[in-house]
Amino acid sequence: MTASAIGRAMPRPEARRLVAGGGRYLDDHAERGELQACFLRSPLPHARFALDVAAAKTLPGVEAVLTASDLAAVCRPWRTESRSFPGLVSPRQAPLAEGRATWQGEPVAMVLAATRAIAEDAAEAILAEWEELPAVTAPEAALVPGAPPVHPGSETNRAWGATIGGGDPDAAFAAAALVVEERLVFTRHTGVPLEPRGALATWEPGTGALTVRLSHQMPHQMRLHLAEQLGLPVNRVRVICSDVGGGFGIKMHVYQDEMAVAAAARLLGRPVRWVSDRMEALLADIHAREHVVTARMAVDAEGRILGFDLHDLQGLGAYSVYPRSSTVEAISVVRSIGAPYRFAHGRARVDSVLQNKVATGQYRAVGAPVGCAVTERLVDKAARARGEDPLAFRARNLLRTAEMPWVNPFGAAQHGMDHHAVLETAKALIDLPALQAEIEAGRAAGRLLGLGLAFTVEYTASGPAVYGAGHVAVAATDTVVATLEPTGEISAQASITEIGQGITQGLAQVLADAVGVAPEAVRVGAGDTQAAPHGGGAWASRGAAIGGEAAWGAGRALRAQLLEAAGALLQAAPDSLDIREGVVTDAAGAARMTLAELGTLMLFRGHEMPKGVTPGLSATFHYRREQDVTLANNGLQAALVEIDGETGLVRVLRHWMVGDCGRVLNPLLVDGQYRGGVAQGIGEALLEACRYDAESGQFLSGTLADYLLPMATDIPDIALAHVEVPYAGSAVGAKGAGESGTCGAPAAILNAVNDALLAAGGGVVTELPIHPVAVLRALGRLA
Amino acid sequence: MLPPDEPLAEIACTVNGRRVAGRAPLRQTLVEWLRTELGLTGSHVGCAHGVCGACHIRLDGAVVRGCLVLAVQADGSAVETIEAATGPEVAALREAFVAHAGLQCGFCTPGMILQAAELLQREPSPSREAIRDHLSGNYCRCTGYHQIVDAVASAAAALQSGGVEGA
Repeated sequence: MTASAIGRAMPRPEARRLVAGGGRYLDDHAERGELQACFLRSPLPHARFALDVAAAKTLPGVEAVLTASDLAAVCRPWRTESRSFPGLVSPRQAPLAEGRATWQGEPVAMVLAATRAIAEDAAEAILAEWEELPAVTAPEAALVPGAPPVHPGSETNRAWGATIGGGDPDAAFAAAALVVEERLVFTRHTGVPLEPRGALATWEPGTGALTVRLSHQMPHQMRLHLAEQLGLPVNRVRVICSDVGGGFGIKMHVYQDEMAVAAAARLLGRPVRWVSDRMEALLADIHAREHVVTARMAVDAEGRILGFDLHDLQGLGAYSVYPRSSTVEAISVVRSIGAPYRFAHGRARVDSVLQNKVATGQYRAVGAPVGCAVTERLVDKAARARGEDPLAFRARNLLRTAEMPWVNPFGAAQHGMDHHAVLETAKALIDLPALQAEIEAGRAAGRLLGLGLAFTVEYTASGPAVYGAGHVAVAATDTVVATLEPTGEISAQASITEIGQGITQGLAQVLADAVGVAPEAVRVGAGDTQAAPHGGGAWASRGAAIGGEAAWGAGRALRAQLLEAAGALLQAAPDSLDIREGVVTDAAGAARMTLAELGTLMLFRGHEMPKGVTPGLSATFHYRREQDVTLANNGLQAALVEIDGETGLVRVLRHWMVGDCGRVLNPLLVDGQYRGGVAQGIGEALLEACRYDAESGQFLSGTLADYLLPMATDIPDIALAHVEVPYAGSAVGAKGAGESGTCGAPAAILNAVNDALLAAGGGVVTELPIHPVAVLRALGRLA
Repeated sequence: MLPPDEPLAEIACTVNGRRVAGRAPLRQTLVEWLRTELGLTGSHVGCAHGVCGACHIRLDGAVVRGCLVLAVQADGSAVETIEAATGPEVAALREAFVAHAGLQCGFCTPGMILQAAELLQREPSPSREAIRDHLSGNYCRCTGYHQIVDAVASAAAALQSGGVEGA
């Protein structure tokens, strides 16, 4: 028996290309004759405008200056709609705003020129008259009576709202022995993939075929929308995403600027390239997680959680992001509330409001970091009110595996999870007694140390119903096509996409086991709609859980085909044969023929094949999970922080994470996902904010000197441990891994900082990111 | 095609060991010139304002931000990019980054490797803290840095034990 490839910590072969400088990202491609585009963007959060582009057009090197009416000739507008969000208010959008800009950064004109620098010169030469209109930026201001409408003519800035829950929350709170309450504020932040977004579009005259290179997580989705907006047959549109320099959810939406590039290429018949610069990216990439959550939790006399009651005010921006809708984030918040714990009563009121800001959208872990932070803050507060160890309070309330499948009052379903195994594993990983002694000693010496915990549940690998029920064209099923090469190697194409997470290596390991070859003999490609089958791409941590099943199915189907062919050649029953390390063997393991010999016969000497033997060299498997709408993963994070009492700066000294993502395809890659996710969560907790001036609504975080990303010195070593409870409903058993680090880190840091503050006799902080000024105020060292 | 009024400068320099000569718009950055004129796309533009470090190149042996140097400033200099970066440190780092998954999307990696090589040339056995300090001008959004630090420490150890073949 050969060693399983699934579960092996294997480096990615693709990484060798990347360390050699051989990565091929969007901006590394060029088309002869291409024009360089840049956008004139609204400098105001809300304004009417008139443009005079005559002078700009005459500058040397400028090919064209396009405005909304130019692109309207070739590009239809779009509007975000979902049956899951009935009544959603989100007006139509076109590639360029016409006459009125509704957010700062909205593209209003497009220049095409010989170089980007010349295009930028010409954009400055556009004579624009701006008539500033009243703007709404803070979410709290959006619903105030008399608030200026984000879209004139709308009666309200409430884009969508709902009340979600179950049980009898009023009775639960009336009967509670303890009610804890908190108002938590979450500031917008954004994903900042290091490779910015962009597009390189080529229009083929005559046939009317469009090829668009994008830095995107879902090439097939974009192919569909490009065809729809430009009125092209979908099979005349090709989208290619080669190496993608990070995505994190930023690159899963339809953006005006990317659509404008394709429309301009069609209009002008020339290749058009645009790559976002960083200032544009910070301003015009989707932002995420702007929430004001007021929540309370009811606890009985024995310290058991009875229920939650909350209001979530969510900032959407000027539009609900297309096509998925920004409101998904609020739903994600709600179903994360109380998720690891047993409770019977819940009520969540959601108000998703329009603002004159760029849209918010699905960024790594979506609403889960918010729901987790709210829950874990309330849990800490309740434990403290009861004079109880916070871990003991949690342990009492954690769901047990025997209680699953469990559906909580917010409709969140959990199955087959072992929170208590996570807890025990974490205790061993952290060595709590030693850590607590260290904290005591440090505090005795005057250090402001704090320990924070956060249990996580995150709903991953969304099934077909999640967007399908809303009639939103988002594929949640995926396909792998596996092919035997005549040399005995396996080549495959996957509808899952590679954005740096290493999933093509994970799928290669699954295929290796499914067929019976060494993982080194398998190569998986993805990202080009002309080669890869239609499917969902990279979102919701679905690569292993959904793509892995497609790979397993394709590999097993190919194996069956090859054994049928080999059996006919060898005059043996297929089920008496096996494939091991690329060799067809008999049941005892004796080699009968290699896959290279079999492939060569099938492809080049077909006349030698017995008559009537039909199996081919390729097999396709389309995976659609029929049960379990999402696959919840779970974990525990802990953070040890130290506050500098002079500056209010928080330093994360140590961080721990225990995660269960089901079957681990490749621990080296999963560890990287966990740690990278934690680092983004630490950034969210302490550094990252998209800030707008309270008076003018002007964006204040437009460079990487203003928008603070975690640096190597900001992030400690992150200790990891795995609990591996495979998902029972699938062949491979994987659940999502990519977002769970981000899910729990903000809550753990928030609790750690408050632990340090309370131990020092201070108040608490309730706003993320945790600003040094807020820390100093909580310590009473600043008015 | 550039318009006739775009001011250009002559540049003659050595890039990855070869003499090259050409012209560049006065306002073009060195990293853009390398990428567009010479096709050396291994150095990346992550921010174009000198913060992220994805554009790191070697200029006369020193690691610099390619987005903060104009192409004309490289006239008469020796430029080295990730594609041809030499030395045992780079070779060891490449191996270690792959083995430890010290990269995910790979966009920051060329700059990260050049920056780390500079450290290892100076300090053969850096502590994890020293590695973090030295890399603090290079942003990585994917890894959380831990496995990058693992890779650099492992490359240092391999160089110390003589287990790396020099490039």
